Amino acid sequence: MELVCPAGTPAALRAAVEAGAQTVYCGFADETNARNFPGLNFDRDEMAAGVAFAHGRGAKVLVAINTFPHAGAEAMWHRAIADAETLGADAVILADIGLLAHAATHHPDLRRHLSVQAAAANPDVINFYAETFGVKRVVLPRVLTVDEIAAINREIDVETEVFVFGGLCVMAEGRCSLSSYATGKSPNMNGVCSPASHVDYAEEPGGLTARLGGFTIHRTAKGQPAPYPTLCKGCFTSGNQTGHVFEDPVSLDATHLIPALARAGVTALKIEGRQRSRAYVAEVVRSFRAAIEAQAAGRPMPEAALAKLSEGQAATTGAYAKTWR
Amino acid sequence: MDLTVGPNHFFWDAATVRVFYQGLAAAPVSRVVLGEVVCSKRLPFWQDEIATAVEVLLAAGKDVAITSLALVTLKRERKATAALAEIGLPIEVNDLTALHALPPGQPFWVGPLINVYNEGTLRWLAARGAVRVCLPPELPLDSIAVLARLGHDLGVAVEVWGHGRLPLALSGRCYHARLHDHAKDSCQFVCGLDPDGRDVETLDGQKFLTVNGVQTLSQSTASMAWQIEVLREAGVIALRISPQSVDFAEICDAYADRIAGKLTAAELAATLVPKVPGGRLSDGFVRGPAGAHWSGTATEGNRHGL
Repeated sequence: MELVCPAGTPAALRAAVEAGAQTVYCGFADETNARNFPGLNFDRDEMAAGVAFAHGRGAKVLVAINTFPHAGAEAMWHRAIADAETLGADAVILADIGLLAHAATHHPDLRRHLSVQAAAANPDVINFYAETFGVKRVVLPRVLTVDEIAAINREIDVETEVFVFGGLCVMAEGRCSLSSYATGKSPNMNGVCSPASHVDYAEEPGGLTARLGGFTIHRTAKGQPAPYPTLCKGCFTSGNQTGHVFEDPVSLDATHLIPALARAGVTALKIEGRQRSRAYVAEVVRSFRAAIEAQAAGRPMPEAALAKLSEGQAATTGAYAKTWR
Repeated sequence: MDLTVGPNHFFWDAATVRVFYQGLAAAPVSRVVLGEVVCSKRLPFWQDEIATAVEVLLAAGKDVAITSLALVTLKRERKATAALAEIGLPIEVNDLTALHALPPGQPFWVGPLINVYNEGTLRWLAARGAVRVCLPPELPLDSIAVLARLGHDLGVAVEVWGHGRLPLALSGRCYHARLHDHAKDSCQFVCGLDPDGRDVETLDGQKFLTVNGVQTLSQSTASMAWQIEVLREAGVIALRISPQSVDFAEICDAYADRIAGKLTAAELAATLVPKVPGGRLSDGFVRGPAGAHWSGTATEGNRHGL
């Protein structure tokens, strides 16, 4: 299987490629990509250098242009697609119908992947994207079980890519405006979720309180680790119950499912984390590369290396296991 | 500008559904979208009411469309979605899966759960047969204006979310089942206990969100009470009124009066606050720093936060 690794910066791109990533994905430093965080992403020169570096070592570069263009400002997204092609990207990752249509018409030779932000969750809609816009690969939304992924692969001709490690969206991606309800900034429009610019911490009698756009997301006792206040991982009250109504502050770890995902016909495994450091990226890539090679050779998973990655973190296999729902 | 009643997002029993749509026949609304949009497991409990409701509404002169499910994953959901094309009524597409079965050129409506953020997407949908689009509630006024103008040129009626708890997210996970310690597959239909969804507050008691099975809504009820004039000026053709369990006919009357100039923004808001579940309004997606924001005043009993 192909390992698709995050590159939030040129340094992370080089680290990922050197650690054994067959493919890296990255974005331009603006609202055209869904990890539009301060200090992250690539300007045009950096993208050209990154592509040259990756191609020189036999790795591919995918450019994520996976937000939804603002009405009246589509030119910025169109330019991003044109530049990705000119700079030698191996594919663009798109979610918006208008952009897919634009790319299919104006950049027919540029390979198109469907972003997880399009939330294409069944064979009919995947075939629709493949037939209509010539999409060659679909990144599956995180609402499906491994069995459902296997069933999808039996009914489609395009490749599938699934997330196996890193941040976990609890909601169907590209169809969530929780963040903009609280902050005005959304994944779809601005490429951010629960942005740090709208986070406030306050030492209060009950503990350290984290608020997002003025809404209390969680409160942690002194000395306890305080997770980042991502809205859907917050602690809330409903009726007489208080807890993590949507999801605990966990991240995704599907390393143990690699053999099952291979059997399900998945082409590529994706690691989330363009906001992560290059040291983190290198370590995750090395461990996953070892796991994929072990899987391909029919050897057992390198448990120790994989366990080390999630050390000290609460993890889940998310929707891949039916009981999660 | 006129009114469209959207599909009911909540799980009501068949008798409640029947009374609801009978009541709508006399309401000052031009069209009604009905069908199950949130969870396919609910549909068998009230499916038989759909044909009756359609008959009543058509007889009352309303345009009627049937919604697709918003997140289609299961085989039976795919079949049901494909079968919508054969009903003989317009489909409101709320998941692109529905387009797969729709012959090119057959007219359809586009619901607020489809991401229509820009001209390219609206143009593509219009070319495929879209004749009416309810824009995603997240869109700010300047985007609405661009799309409403283009819709006019393309012959697509553009409407916006006018009233109702905002559909903010969909998930593979059922939060109602989770709150009751059930698995989704044995949910025991606990979402039916909460006819306007189950409220979720922050640890400081701020009224924040509402869960409805796999869906998460705003706890505030979005209202375009203060935005009618700017939306009309922007070229918006219709307001979508999303069903709630109490006083719905009166709410439709109040919006019709506001559009007709018989009620001011403040009068409409004052009418709404005691009628909406939780008594809070918002309009921040259209014109505000964040979706939860409200243009009205504290005297409407609707202060933000605590």
